[in-house]
Amino acid sequence: MMMSKLRTIRWSFFVFFIPVFLWLFLLIVLPQLELLRMSFLGTDYYGESGVTFDNYWAFFSEPIYWLTFVRTALFSILVTLIVLLIALPVAFYITKVASFKITGFLMVIILVPFWVSELIRVYGWMILLRESGVLNHFLTSVGILKVPVEMLYNDITMIMGLVYTTMLFMIVPLIGVMESLDDALIEAAHDLGAKKLTIWRTIIIPYSMPGIMSGSIIVFMLVLGSYLTPNLMGGKNSLWFTEQIYNQMIIYFNWNQGAAFGFMLLLLSSVIIWLALKLTKQDWRSVIK
Amino acid sequence: MIRTLPSSKAYTAAFNGFIILYFTFLFAPLIVTMVLAFNDSMFPALPWKGFTLDWFFGEGPEKIGIFHDKSNLRSIGVSFRVAFAVSTLATIIGTLAAFLFEQENFRFKNFFYFLMIAPIVIPGVILGISILLFANTVGLFFENQMGIDIGILRPGFWLVVLGQFSFITTIVTLVIIARLRKFDRTLEEAAYNLGANRFEVIWHITLKYLRPSIVGGFAVAFLMSFENFNTTIFLVSSEATLPINLYLQVRDGSTPVINSISFLLILATSIVAVINLYVGRRKNKRAP
Amino acid sequence: MQITLSVENLTKKFGDFTAVRDVSFQVEDGKFFSILGPSGCGKTTLLRNIAGFYEPSAGSIKIRGEEMTGVEPNKRPVNLVFQHLALFPMMNVHENIAFGLRRRGLAGKEVDQKVNNMLERVGLPGFGKKKIDQISGGQKQRIAIARCLVLDPSVLLLDEPLGALDAKLREHMKVELKKLQVEVGTTFVYITHDQSEAMVMSDHVAVMNSGQFEQLDTPQNLYHSPKSSFVAQFVGNNNKLAVKVHKKEGGEFYARYIDGRDYLLEGAYDLDQGDEYDMFLRPEAVVINPPAEDKKFNVMNCTVKAVLFDGGNSRLLLIPETTSEELIVALPQTKQYDYLKHGDVIKIGWNPATAVCFRKVDVKIYDDV
Repeated sequence: MMMSKLRTIRWSFFVFFIPVFLWLFLLIVLPQLELLRMSFLGTDYYGESGVTFDNYWAFFSEPIYWLTFVRTALFSILVTLIVLLIALPVAFYITKVASFKITGFLMVIILVPFWVSELIRVYGWMILLRESGVLNHFLTSVGILKVPVEMLYNDITMIMGLVYTTMLFMIVPLIGVMESLDDALIEAAHDLGAKKLTIWRTIIIPYSMPGIMSGSIIVFMLVLGSYLTPNLMGGKNSLWFTEQIYNQMIIYFNWNQGAAFGFMLLLLSSVIIWLALKLTKQDWRSVIK
Repeated sequence: MIRTLPSSKAYTAAFNGFIILYFTFLFAPLIVTMVLAFNDSMFPALPWKGFTLDWFFGEGPEKIGIFHDKSNLRSIGVSFRVAFAVSTLATIIGTLAAFLFEQENFRFKNFFYFLMIAPIVIPGVILGISILLFANTVGLFFENQMGIDIGILRPGFWLVVLGQFSFITTIVTLVIIARLRKFDRTLEEAAYNLGANRFEVIWHITLKYLRPSIVGGFAVAFLMSFENFNTTIFLVSSEATLPINLYLQVRDGSTPVINSISFLLILATSIVAVINLYVGRRKNKRAP
Repeated sequence: MQITLSVENLTKKFGDFTAVRDVSFQVEDGKFFSILGPSGCGKTTLLRNIAGFYEPSAGSIKIRGEEMTGVEPNKRPVNLVFQHLALFPMMNVHENIAFGLRRRGLAGKEVDQKVNNMLERVGLPGFGKKKIDQISGGQKQRIAIARCLVLDPSVLLLDEPLGALDAKLREHMKVELKKLQVEVGTTFVYITHDQSEAMVMSDHVAVMNSGQFEQLDTPQNLYHSPKSSFVAQFVGNNNKLAVKVHKKEGGEFYARYIDGRDYLLEGAYDLDQGDEYDMFLRPEAVVINPPAEDKKFNVMNCTVKAVLFDGGNSRLLLIPETTSEELIVALPQTKQYDYLKHGDVIKIGWNPATAVCFRKVDVKIYDDV
């Protein structure tokens, strides 16, 4: 009796395990290893292919590459912070301030733009902001502007676009944690004499930390790996590192160089996430939930 | 501060103002895009030149509406087929993975859980190029060593499906795990006790309980696949999906036919999202 | 005695619904005051008005003579122990207790000293470093109270803080809480739906029902001389007997029960509006096999339906002769009544002074578990 039960359970384990294992190893682990391997391959002057560090050497010796890399990293951190600053009060409003009648409605409509393709959202901003766009038309006809101004293709617009496209990935986890925050904690803090800012600093933010971290990680990843928004909204000088990868892979067809860039990006994202988790003393398991 | 705590008028007004601004910011580009789909103009811009449905039904030669735009229609078809394949696969494997991580215990479980999470923290661009490189290497290996040409390893429909599947499955798994975690396992024990075997239990008890999250996971996977660009761009061949096809039109400027496509997509995704959310909320409320 | 808390004609409405209706009371300095009522009677609303989380619709609240209307919760000299305690999970015990002190601008050694003193007073010295999820339910209780007491409030409000504990611990904490209150001498205002909590701890208890006070008295008086049918049913255990009251020639009032007998009552009754009354008889006031000589003693014949043995709390379930009603009577464990068994016919009796009678009303006692 006991034996047969054990056997069926082992059997079911493999039914679950084998497909999941195939997915993770064939589509995640092996391709990443292949990426690493390819990044160390290259052809020398004689056309012989072999192991080389040239791809990484090119990265460090060409300022355009590593400058774009550093720029992308810094801008990604900046965008994540801006998103966090906006998302905290919005999530707080929806969960704790808005009357009960409208919270459900707000939670539904705040998610709607999240499902619309990034491309369409960026396109919306383009027809709003470009020289012949809706905002310029409006401002010139009201008389605030004499001639239309190109509002697209600069860093500030690009940052705004990145904030816009990733915002909801911060709001959703924040709403998740703030919903479980007991109002009595805030009332108790207030009753014990705390002011608004103190309540934010000592109660709300520490309590929301897992949500803040998981939101920040997702937003940071999305911004770092973003291609459409910097490409369509950024200017000539707003190069994004993903565009470098794209150029190597698709335009120059230099897959080894592209693999090296890809691996650098992967390394960068892992290091920054690891640092963020260490600095805020969060466990990755609690962040994932 | 919160509903039960008194706040000054100025504070409340400032907070409400901020929220109104935020929602304006959130919806302005979408609404403008949708409205301009009906502008009787050759450009997606103001001034308003009158209402038209030409960007939906126009037959050309000047205005070709979406329902007569062969290239965009074809890419919508491709996107549907990709999304259907991806969400079906991702839902099946995601359900298995949810059972694996919630109900089984095995060595290196934490390691595998970490691996399962990894695809959402790997930038989509990297997933795209790594799968492209790996598929290429494997394809070359089969061709050179055995002389077999494996078509699905070359850029095209199936490589796009595999690439999107690789990270969308993680999302589906997390959606289903969230519900499975709330499942009362004594129900399963009761079914065992009444003589059911493991698979009968899963089929009659657990999957029934998970159904809302499986449907929800499928819908999420479908939408994510439908709008994916970053991973897909490296894996497509001439059969472009809709975001790939739209990208060049958006970059180089185009007629308001993009607005009409956007209009239809926003409408469709909103309906799916709202139904999904309402159904999910109702089901969650009913569950203990 | 100085009056610490004074509430005058307080009314609180939510839309059309009046949660608290014209309530007035005063609490003297250092007293333990309880508000006892079923859930939904308005007691939490009343407490939140005093704490400042609600603004009263009418009436006033004064603390040490100062008007509190319009004063924010954090500016009032009252602190609230929340129903689920609301201890901050992201802080340890020390930080929780120090929270309010730091908000007053205290820092360093002074805070540490006060927190440690407080921890000693609540009997948890050395607990400062512990996390909130590492301590037991009873300890959390004491930390939540310490967090408020360290601020030295004029009034400490407690919102059913024992509700979340299991029965055994609750018994223990009742005594602990009373001891603590006597020791610190702070005025406590405690709300509960558990009459035993209110009776054990309080100097005065207000019994509240549908937004109003039914009776405000000492626990002893509430028990022995309830002023309304609701109080008689809500405080302590009681048998309710539907009777018809009439006056005999001698001027004495009698209650006729459906067993056909007349039972002597104390006091006078106004029979102008009908004679239908409910008579309340406490199980512990009834004597089994009463002495026959006392003419004033009421005597009733009953059949034993069941012996409900529960140690010191044992009772008899009886059926009065010729009826299908049920009565509960205390069964002292003195070996004297060990012979009683199902089907025995016995006599019971009570002193008329121990029974009270109120005009028949339909009140339902919702006792939430």
